[in-house]
Order: sequence, then structure tokens, then C-alpha cells
Amino acid sequence: MAKPKIGVLALQGDFEAHRDALKRAGAEGVEVRSASDLELIDGLIIPGGESTTMLKLIEEEELLPALKDFGARKPVFGTCAGAILLASEVVNPQQRSLGLMDMSIERNAYGRQIDSRIAPIEIDGEPAEAVFIRAPVISRVGPGGKILASYQGNPVLVEEGRHLAATFHPELSGSERIHKHFVRKVAGERN
Amino acid sequence: MNFQSDQFRLKVGLAEMLKGGVIMDVVNAEQAVIAERAGAAAVMALERVPADIRKEGGVARMSQIRIIRDIMASVSIPVMAKVRIGHFTEARILEVLGVDYIDESEVLTPADEEHHVDKSDFKVPFVCGARNLGEALRRIAEGAAMIRTKGEAGSGNIVEAVRHIRTIVKEMKQLTVLGKEELVHEAKNLQAPLELVEYIAQNGKLPVPNFSAGGIATPADAALVMQLGAEAVFVGSGIFKSSDPEKRAKAIVKAATYYRDPVKLLEASEELGEAMPGLDVSKMPESELMQTRGW
Repeated sequence: MAKPKIGVLALQGDFEAHRDALKRAGAEGVEVRSASDLELIDGLIIPGGESTTMLKLIEEEELLPALKDFGARKPVFGTCAGAILLASEVVNPQQRSLGLMDMSIERNAYGRQIDSRIAPIEIDGEPAEAVFIRAPVISRVGPGGKILASYQGNPVLVEEGRHLAATFHPELSGSERIHKHFVRKVAGERN
Repeated sequence: MNFQSDQFRLKVGLAEMLKGGVIMDVVNAEQAVIAERAGAAAVMALERVPADIRKEGGVARMSQIRIIRDIMASVSIPVMAKVRIGHFTEARILEVLGVDYIDESEVLTPADEEHHVDKSDFKVPFVCGARNLGEALRRIAEGAAMIRTKGEAGSGNIVEAVRHIRTIVKEMKQLTVLGKEELVHEAKNLQAPLELVEYIAQNGKLPVPNFSAGGIATPADAALVMQLGAEAVFVGSGIFKSSDPEKRAKAIVKAATYYRDPVKLLEASEELGEAMPGLDVSKMPESELMQTRGW
């Protein structure tokens, strides 16, 4: 069977780091900048970066309907800014989003860059590392959401149906564990 | 040099998040809001844009704190601010203030003609300018977590930014084909630590993101330096010294994303109004150049 083809939204942010992580996780990563690029892929990663910048470009290029439609059919994984774009409600400040996952998220909730941190977390009882950079906090998870990891009492890795959101940056840690999990989800949906 | 330390990874991590974006110079909260609305990935708070510093002369220092505070309070994107080369006290003040990145910048009047700030000693990340690989590696050795080409700030002329990015990219390529003993010799020529020279030889790129600055005035300028290898752009005077800042800011943001797509670049370049006035750098006296500050 061919490797799953996973797009990385490459409007702005650390999309290259995700592409490298996908490669290590056994998938083919391709850059996505237009609605037609979405037709070629089995799943999508929305990377870290500035959510306001990505949102401007999504609106400017009229990608919002295409991304929502993609998410209604195929898996999407958002990290940090990507998680913000996936959430149904964004605060601090309030802004538009794709609303593919029923959760509330607060931007820059830990403070400024000086409050960024690398912290130990646990996923499925195994230790993992979470790189938080001007990270948001998920303040509410809808009834369909499953919390896979938490830090300081807040969910940091959440799964809802085919979608996945992390407030940290697994693409900046050496481990491909979370990317492998997403690749498996994409492969599962494809079958 | 410990690239694996948590602190250094977090500093480089924020620079990673800015890739593919535009960092815009702003002098007040109103401009910062316009920049954010146009899609800036970050703003750089300063008292005067480089074109005005050039025109008005005098000593250019770190911004007034009130201006930086106002800007930090009015936008949700990262806020950077500049300190004079070697002025580690200005840097300590900005660190306590909580800016997200410090630019130890040749645009301001240098405070020390021999030493740059020991940036590894700070929790806040630093970006520094460079004209060539030796300069870039010396700044990284001092702890810079992002490099930007210097170009010639406030000139509205892309020629120096092009020269600097081409120089750095070429010097990196050359190292990748050299043997071990040749790298020792190159480290001497570049006046850079051997360890960093070996890193470039193995990886063909800097251990930190490499952005471009100094003279970007149009969407085409931004796309040009990105095609030459820059991973994001800083735009100083180019936006707020043009006739329609908001429109131009949006257009440059679009160009930084679609830098390889000429159709999108055409769209971005339509109906922009007047660009900032430009200067012929080759006719400028040496004493007026900002790029020669720092070593």
C-alpha cells in the first residue's frame, strides 16, 4: 500500500519541521497553499506559527470553505496555532476559526516568550516532552473530545473523532510518536 | 555552544514559528494594529524607522518604554524591540519588560565598538544582523537564535540584502565540500568557532533560522530574497513610508507565502500606490552605511 500523503498547510509557520517529522513517521509530507492542493492529500496538518497571520491568508485566499469541507471528510491535526484554528471558540482575543473541534482555546495563555517552556507530560502512561511556545490553553473540551495528555491540569493533547489538536509542538521534539499516531489515523480513514 | 539546551531550543522555536512570515517595523500602537490586521507574524517596536534615523541623524537608542508597552498591549502577535550593539543594559531592561525577541541592531547607534552582547546569558531570544557567514557564526556563538541579513536599512534598495543573502548561502555551500583539515583553515578565515563551521559543513545551513532585512520595499523584493534562501523577511521603512501602508503590508505578507508563484506575486503587486523613495547605496559615503556597524 502506498504511503499516506499528508499535507502541511504552508501559509506561514514551522511547516518544514512538520514535513520532516512526517517523513520520519513514514508518511509523505506535501506543502499545501491552495484549495486544489487539498484534493491530493489524505490528511492535513496545520502547523505552529501565528494564528492571526494564517487566518488572514486563509480569508484573503478564500480557503475557509475548502478547509472546512476537507475537515468534514478527512483527518486534520493542528499544533499550537493549528489547534487555535481547529477550535470552535477562540478567546484572548476572540477570532474566527475553522471550528472543526468542539473546544474552547485561549491564546497566549501562559504569557509571553519568556514564559515559554519545555515540560514533561505523560501520554498513555508513558513520559513525553512538550515544547510550549507562547502556547494557548484549551479551557473546555466538548463531550466528543478525548483528552490524551494534560499539563498543569489543562488538556494539551485532544482527540475528537478524526481530528487531533496539541497546544505544544511535537514537531520540535526528536520523537515522532504523535505524528505516527496521526499517520495511523489517516491510514485508518483511508481504508 | 549547546544547541540541545532547553533554553536555546525555545529561543530557536519561536524563530521557527515566524518562518514564512513578515516582521514589520512600527513606531506606535496604531501602526502595530495595522500591521497585525495586515497579517504580520510579529512587529518590531522602535522610535523611528530607519529612513527617519538616517534623515534626522543623532544617536538612535532603544525605544521609549511607554511606546513598547503600548504596542505590547495592543497586539496579540510577538513584539520585538531593538537595542544598540553591545548595550547589554538596554537588553536587560527589555528582558524584564517581557518583549518576545531582542534585535541587537546596527540600525541604532552602536554602544560598544568591540563587543556584542553575550546573548547566551539571557532568557529572552536575540536576533542579529550579518553580511556574511563569519559574522553570522560569531553572532550565533554569542547566543543569537536567529540571523537576519543586514542589507542597508532605510535605503529602500534591495541590492545589499541580495548581496548578503547570496554571500551567506554561497559560503555555506562551499563548506559542504571541504575536508576536515580545510575546515580548520576556513574557521580561521571566517573568524568563527570550528564547531560551528563543522556544523555548516555537515548540514549546509545555519543552526538557527536565517531571515532577511534591509531594503525590502515591494512584494517582489520580499519574494526575491526568499527565493535566494531567506526563511522570512523584516520590513522596516518599506511599509509605513509608502503611500498606502495597509495595502502594501498585506501584499508583502502574501508575497512571503507565495514567493515561488508568479501569478500570486502579480496579484500582490497590483494597485499598491507609491513605494518608499529609494537611495542609491553605491553613491552613499561609507560613514552613512549602517551595515558596517558590528563586526
